[in-house]
Amino acid sequence: MTDPSTHLETLFDKLWRNHVVHEREDGHTLLYIDRHYLGDDLPRDTFDLLARKQLRVRQPEATVAMADHYASTHGSTLADIVDDDRRSLVQKLIHFTSDQGVPMFALDDPRHGIVHVTGPEQGLSLPGMTIVCGDSHTATHGAFGAFAFGIGSSEVSHVLATQTLWQKRPATMRVQVDGTLADGVTAKDLILWLISRIGVAGAVGHVIEYAGSAIVALSMEGRMTLCNMSIEAGARAGLIAPDDKTFEYLRGRPFAPAGALWDNQIEVWKGLRSDPGARFDRAFVFDVTEVAPMVSWGTSPEETSAIDARVPNPADIDDPQRADRLQRALDYMDLAAGTRLLGLAIDRVFIGSCTNGRLEDLRLAAQVAYGRYTTVPAIVVPGSRAVKLAAEAEGLDRIFMDAGFEWREPGCSMCLAINGDEGLSGERCASTTNRNFVGRQGRGVRTHLMNPGMAAAAAIEGCIVDYRELLHDASVHTN
Amino acid sequence: MQAFTRIEAVAVPMRDADIDTDQVLPARFMHKPRENYGQYCFHDLRIDASTTRERPGFVLNQPEFREASVIVAGPNFGCGSSREQAVHTLKDFGFRALLSTGFGDIFFNNCVKNGVLPVRLPAQFIARLFDALEHAPGAHVAVDLYAQSVSAPDGSTASFAIDPFQKDALLQGTDEIDFTLGLAREIDLYEARHGLTRR
Repeated sequence: MTDPSTHLETLFDKLWRNHVVHEREDGHTLLYIDRHYLGDDLPRDTFDLLARKQLRVRQPEATVAMADHYASTHGSTLADIVDDDRRSLVQKLIHFTSDQGVPMFALDDPRHGIVHVTGPEQGLSLPGMTIVCGDSHTATHGAFGAFAFGIGSSEVSHVLATQTLWQKRPATMRVQVDGTLADGVTAKDLILWLISRIGVAGAVGHVIEYAGSAIVALSMEGRMTLCNMSIEAGARAGLIAPDDKTFEYLRGRPFAPAGALWDNQIEVWKGLRSDPGARFDRAFVFDVTEVAPMVSWGTSPEETSAIDARVPNPADIDDPQRADRLQRALDYMDLAAGTRLLGLAIDRVFIGSCTNGRLEDLRLAAQVAYGRYTTVPAIVVPGSRAVKLAAEAEGLDRIFMDAGFEWREPGCSMCLAINGDEGLSGERCASTTNRNFVGRQGRGVRTHLMNPGMAAAAAIEGCIVDYRELLHDASVHTN
Repeated sequence: MQAFTRIEAVAVPMRDADIDTDQVLPARFMHKPRENYGQYCFHDLRIDASTTRERPGFVLNQPEFREASVIVAGPNFGCGSSREQAVHTLKDFGFRALLSTGFGDIFFNNCVKNGVLPVRLPAQFIARLFDALEHAPGAHVAVDLYAQSVSAPDGSTASFAIDPFQKDALLQGTDEIDFTLGLAREIDLYEARHGLTRR
């Protein structure tokens, strides 16, 4: 007798099935790629490969480029890039895309930004798509019900030449998140909390589908923040089934379908959900009622605790290897076991990135900054120029500048510190980014991951505080 | 791509879990041309920031491990950033095979595309390798892709699984783009079925 559940499909199963070009007997599958974002931080020979093989980009219109990693936040021209070496990489991207007819949003284009911010806001990332980029945070676009994943540069060349990728089918993991997030607890806190439970290797080889009342309640921006950091749990991708909120977000976006095509698409997109009873390889259920604002204290994104916690003690860990690893993380972070996170002095603050560089994030930070003044250097880098312009239209730039924050041009900036923006060795940095790895924000810099309101509060107080005490209006939507 | 068949070489133990690609290749070296690119490998672990000299405590700076071509690593090696430059620097430093209980997904694929063999092995066998390599620094480990087996310094062996597609590609040094273009007709058909035109 056949098991009826085998005919039921998860959202991921549907996305996969819709993109199979060729399947080998060993299961390796050639998948069609609908959207390919090109960044500027690829190895120098990535684009030369096509020329050597005398190949053209197969689907230039499916490809969109922007120079986000090396973009200066001090200006919007090539001349602003920090040195000739890095300028030449951006020039290479410009030449390649222009030669191949690939659309590129130039540094001064109103649509320029971090690919994971710009793509969705331009309506380039749509439900049902396969989306790739030579960047691990491509998982962001899964918030729209797309199979979106990061790839290496060899795979970038392969997609350019063939519009396909060889993939082995990943396993599926359902993460059901029930309950209601408390006031002031954001999607960033939720994903840090989930990673601290699942672990940084917890979802390796899996595509996570997030579901449950706490996910449905998130805004699209919040869902993007959540999916963005799926890679920090090791996941291949993160997914959320599209719903009315998704469709409302996309309606009228420049590259989203319009007219009759839009109506047809909505009907198709409504089918992009896991069939009730469909089988996942693994499943978790969490209740998030008790989640508080989170702060990372170590050198791995799983080394994160609630704001009122203390730094753990390596002596409490039985496994000597893990205890040793923890001790070195604390040494790097210059933290003694048992130190309270509350009150920890901060030297620098960064607000931005593909994780937390969207309008909603800046609104939350501005709500804290309003009428106050920073005590440490703090920069705000919008995730895209569209975010920047929208924030300025609301006067957020004035709030930040009046409070002593620097208001910069969009880009990846201090998330990985390769555009000239970086901390100094020994500094402790409150950051809205996604990775607290050793040296991530500059050699010797100590990164504490947190939400944008928390980072703004750290800039004001000069130390880590519970930002909820500084919120002017706690009823403001902060998810 | 350079083919991989079999190597027998010095293996270096790196017990830490979750060694991310930022440690393998700090981001500030990503834009450097691929000339003498091995010099950036584990740079901030190998080289002291203030003296700019080698840090004697780091395992790769110990004389027994300088010729290592194999890394035996803690779990989840190569997590984090997708930067393929991390594999470039490992390869240019001289590494051809990496043994661990698991790897970051993107990093694993990047290795295969560059003729570097990532091998997933049971935790017990990895623990045995760590002990053997720390007991006898400079000992050799053999990795045979044909036979899908790894031999520890004490002669014990473990077999490993690898996707047949990736095994063939590594053994033959296949150019994947050329291989896929052999299926161009199927890509054409997919595009035709989905109303996708080409310029």
